[in-house]
Amino acid sequence: MISNLDYGTLQHIWWILCSVVGSLFLFLTFVQGGNTLLWQMAKNDAENALIINSLGRKWELTFTTLVLFGGALFAAFPKFYATSFGGAYWVWMLILFTFILQAVSFEFRKKPGNLLGAKTYEFFLLINGTVGVLLIGAAVGTFFTGSNFSLNAYNQVTWTHPLRGLEAAFSLFNLSMGLFLVFNARVLGAMYLLNNIDFTAMNGFEARLRKAVWINFLCALPFLLYLLVSLLMMQGFSVDATGVVSMVANKYLQNLLAMPMVLCLLLVGLILVVLAVFGTVFKAGTKGIWLAGLGTVFVGLALFFTAGFNHTPFYPSKADLQSSLTIINASSSRYTLMAMTYVALGIPFVLAYVAYVWSQMDSRKLTAHEIATEEGY
Amino acid sequence: MIDVDLSLVNWSRAQFALTAMYHWIFVPLTLGLSVLCAMFESIYVRTGEEKWKVLTRFWMTLFGINFAIGVATGIILEFEFGTNWSNYSWMVGDIFGAPLAVEGIFAFFLEATFFAVMFFGWERVSKKFHLFSTWMVAFGSNLSALWILVANAWMQYPTGMAFNPETARFEMENFWAVLFSPVAMSKFTHATSSGFVLASLFVVAISSWYLLKNRHIELAKKSIMVASVFGLLASAYVGFTGDEAAFEDAQKQPMKLAAFEGLYKGQQSADLVVLGMINTEKEPDDDQSPFHYAIKIPGLLSLLANRDPDSFVPGIDDLVYGNSTQKVMGVAEKMKLGQQAVANLASFKQARQEKDDAAASAALTQFSTNKEFLGYGYLSKPEEAVPSVSIAFYSFHIMVILGTFFPALFLAFLYFTIKGTIAKQRWLLPFGLLSFFLGHVAQQTGWILAEVGRQPWAIQGLLPVKMATTNLGAGNVQATFFMFLAVFTLLLLAEIKIMVKQIAIGPEGLQNDLKS
Repeated sequence: MISNLDYGTLQHIWWILCSVVGSLFLFLTFVQGGNTLLWQMAKNDAENALIINSLGRKWELTFTTLVLFGGALFAAFPKFYATSFGGAYWVWMLILFTFILQAVSFEFRKKPGNLLGAKTYEFFLLINGTVGVLLIGAAVGTFFTGSNFSLNAYNQVTWTHPLRGLEAAFSLFNLSMGLFLVFNARVLGAMYLLNNIDFTAMNGFEARLRKAVWINFLCALPFLLYLLVSLLMMQGFSVDATGVVSMVANKYLQNLLAMPMVLCLLLVGLILVVLAVFGTVFKAGTKGIWLAGLGTVFVGLALFFTAGFNHTPFYPSKADLQSSLTIINASSSRYTLMAMTYVALGIPFVLAYVAYVWSQMDSRKLTAHEIATEEGY
Repeated sequence: MIDVDLSLVNWSRAQFALTAMYHWIFVPLTLGLSVLCAMFESIYVRTGEEKWKVLTRFWMTLFGINFAIGVATGIILEFEFGTNWSNYSWMVGDIFGAPLAVEGIFAFFLEATFFAVMFFGWERVSKKFHLFSTWMVAFGSNLSALWILVANAWMQYPTGMAFNPETARFEMENFWAVLFSPVAMSKFTHATSSGFVLASLFVVAISSWYLLKNRHIELAKKSIMVASVFGLLASAYVGFTGDEAAFEDAQKQPMKLAAFEGLYKGQQSADLVVLGMINTEKEPDDDQSPFHYAIKIPGLLSLLANRDPDSFVPGIDDLVYGNSTQKVMGVAEKMKLGQQAVANLASFKQARQEKDDAAASAALTQFSTNKEFLGYGYLSKPEEAVPSVSIAFYSFHIMVILGTFFPALFLAFLYFTIKGTIAKQRWLLPFGLLSFFLGHVAQQTGWILAEVGRQPWAIQGLLPVKMATTNLGAGNVQATFFMFLAVFTLLLLAEIKIMVKQIAIGPEGLQNDLKS
């Protein structure tokens, strides 16, 4: 059946798959959000250890999802991979740098002889959760605001801004996207910890986390509202049937109206996050992470679909409109997309065993006693 | 095309080499130690003896420390293809990206998911499920090696693809040809089995240290027993796959073979150089001897390279300038054809832009005649196709000499362990201790040979490295080079210090820590 799919369908399927992986990554940034909560929430060593150990059992999933996001884009949209990573050099390098620091921090933090001391590794986690997520948000923001590049006849990229991608963080829209993701990650992080930790004999710890959910939600709100209003009002990039790119008023509003399913995803996603927050803060719920996680995935999908579908270049160029990348001109060949679609049939199996192992490992909540007596970070 | 800035190319090369070499300090140990941990745990589950559990958890702790920094140094490599080699990424992403994506979907998720069970699941899942998880981490680690080595092998021997002049890139035509290329298979088996050897050396080295210090005697003996059997079997397999890899080099990358053997003039019944000192003044086609001195075995190179002791093995001069008698086309001739292909491609693109279908069709026909030499059109001179002979030669010979030493070492450790006198062999134990560092030397030289031997190509014969780089200012790459140098060195020092401390604490210390 897959071998009968036409090229355009395969390109759409792969944009959907990349969007799913990217959106799952946004959900899994609860680890990064949790990293940033460490210094505010933990009032003693036991609480500190609980947060680190709870997050430390999941950090690799987030990390791996980021790597898969990169790999999937490389395989399916190599022109994007080449243009964005090669062009916006510094923004990607700094994002990766924060993830390198994170990758050793859980393992090294409490090990004797760790050279830098536990506080330094905790600072690395904070950097990852703030700078890393902020820059990822800024990079995602350029899907709507555009970047400074041009491509020659051989598709070699020339970046026209000396900051090589970092300039994205100086756009109010992109910055708002980054800050929204930082605060959303903190909301998710607090919800995950509420779901994962046994708070018996942990005086005030649980209440602090619930308060963090509320405060970070309120912090995220103005950025979210600004993003939504801007998205609906802004001029957007559009590509016509002949491949010519032009600016169109209210393009993204048009996209949402033209794709009601995407609009539904956005609205339902936002509602789920709000419900999760209210359930956690006002009804002492502990399962908010699942609702908010699903909501975040839906919002992520809506953003990626709005950016890439309905004749929209998903990686537009401000410097040279005709260099903009669409899912049509940036994709791999039909053969590669088809081969990769066969490979992607394994994804449900992967998700199934991840879910099974997650449920096995989290079947009972993490206690201070377990950390003290068992293997821990 | 964009003008080539050689300073940028060399800094990009240096950065990739730096990050790859740091990454490869940790990866082979992960590949082998994950399997050894699974073996130790299997014995524990089978026997139910608590001391095997203690032993397993001790090696697992060391595995975890190494694993974390391996992950940290690995993420940058995947993204560097985009950040520093964007022309490469565009030109071959259609083929090269696929194995990386498959690696992410199938291998990395296995590792990431079951890693948590392996370390934190002892009291949360059943004994058998825990063992299964440990094996899954080992399987996932080695599966990830398969996919990245398939990708690397494709750079050494591009197959299963065609050049599309419309898009000016290479596109995949046969996934199975890419996956099951003979170079990919020999690279995968050689690299993973050498990782098993390194991990075995690691276990032998630390156990030797314990025996020298009269500490943890029983753990050390048990560990040596398992590691020396595993290491011995893996060493034999490394030898077998190494021979296969050299054979593939001879068939697919004859310049690499000529460079690592220091063979300038091709020979019938060519000699294999066992030991030698390279004459660094030697240039292709001059009259100087390639070696100051060399010990050779007559005819053996022909046998290894072509499975025929009387066969002809082309040397560097034959490959650069051609040898009509042996029907070897030289780089000089390939360059002329390549330059025509480059010009034809440019004409084709121009005609397409001007919507002149007749001119485009004519240019395409001409291009098709010479397209297989396209990459040679970007070389500046024929001698540019020769990699560094001294680096290739010494890397290869150091690797082979060490690879011959390791099985002898494992055999000696196994013999004395079976005899029950290993703790008394005070002369042998320091060799065991030293062997881990030698194992790293063999690992690094192996990769230096593989990558330096491929130069000047990013993709053998198709895309020179200098055409593959991102159009960045060299200053940007210099800045990130030193950034990674500083961070990776700092993390390596931290890792070594933590490892040394954990080894000093020992298994009983870890157990006490857990119970306190």
